[in-house]
Amino acid sequence: MKRIVLLITLVLAAFAGISAQGYKVGDTAADFRLKNVDNKMVSLADFSKAKGFIIVFTCNHCPYAIAYEQRIVALDKKYKAKGYPVIAINPNNPATVPADSFEEMQKRHKEAGFTFPYLFDNGQKIYPIYGATRTPHVFLLEKTKKGNVVRYIGAIDDNYEDALAVKTPYLANAVDALLAGKEVNPSSTKAIGCGIK
Amino acid sequence: MKLFIITFTLLCSTFSLSIKAQQTVKSENVEIPIYDYAQLEPMLHPKADNDTTYIFNFWATYCIPCIKELPFFDQIGEKYASKKVKVVLISMDFKSKITSQVIPFIKKKNVQSHVVLLSDPDANSWIDKINPTWSGALPATLIVKGNSREFYEKSFTYDELQVLTIKFLKQ
Repeated sequence: MKRIVLLITLVLAAFAGISAQGYKVGDTAADFRLKNVDNKMVSLADFSKAKGFIIVFTCNHCPYAIAYEQRIVALDKKYKAKGYPVIAINPNNPATVPADSFEEMQKRHKEAGFTFPYLFDNGQKIYPIYGATRTPHVFLLEKTKKGNVVRYIGAIDDNYEDALAVKTPYLANAVDALLAGKEVNPSSTKAIGCGIK
Repeated sequence: MKLFIITFTLLCSTFSLSIKAQQTVKSENVEIPIYDYAQLEPMLHPKADNDTTYIFNFWATYCIPCIKELPFFDQIGEKYASKKVKVVLISMDFKSKITSQVIPFIKKKNVQSHVVLLSDPDANSWIDKINPTWSGALPATLIVKGNSREFYEKSFTYDELQVLTIKFLKQ
């Protein structure tokens, strides 16, 4: 009997694994421990004062990621002080994309003047759990008693090509809504960018 | 009056079929029209009695799997041109990269198919209109003939593309 139960559990777990599409809005996001460009390990738990997090899966080489670099810096500067720091994670495999190696991340962090941690998803373990598919791909988390709850998933805004032509800054609107205790709307958009490699 | 409105509507719809680009960028004898989604949309929806098979491939010069499959689209377009197959390569490159990347790429690879550029950065406003299942990832391919249309968010091999083309030719 015990064996059967175990078998059923395993089969169910396997199915859950197959059907896992990453996080949806309302899910509790897992913490991680990833290496930052300064060689120190970073976890969400380290940020005891944060109200939440702007997790951005991004990389060095993708033209969309590059187009958003300074907008992400501006978001970090604005919202870190309000309790929502940016945490950037490079999910790409440097064996496939040499431009996204850890050494290149260190250079990019310095050259682009990143004000936030830029972490390396070594072994590509974290991005599938979140369900990121693009660079850049945003997950906005709110710290609650039950953990870091996903409140927004998707694009940063509605114009990847021209920051000055943005009409709807989805992510900033979402953070503002959380800060004001309001519902995030829309709570998800399609992230536009390069596929994670 | 009613007749006038109908005539007017018909005239308007006739005009809207001759698609106007935002602008056309020309360099090294390669011309690339730039469209926003509203301008491109009529092209993706040919009339029901149009017996041409249109193969629209969404690609970009920075997308490695796109570049790999691009020659197959060129080859199919050439092979089935006499069977009324038309390949349109819709580049999603940034508008600012046309002269520095898109046109040099077309020259270097000797791309024969019709290339246009879709520049409409509010992608969330139109991705679902092309197909609701599309995540926006490249490459993606839309094949249309009259009322038949199929959408694929995947890379094609030559054989797969040929099988699909023949299937549409038989319709």
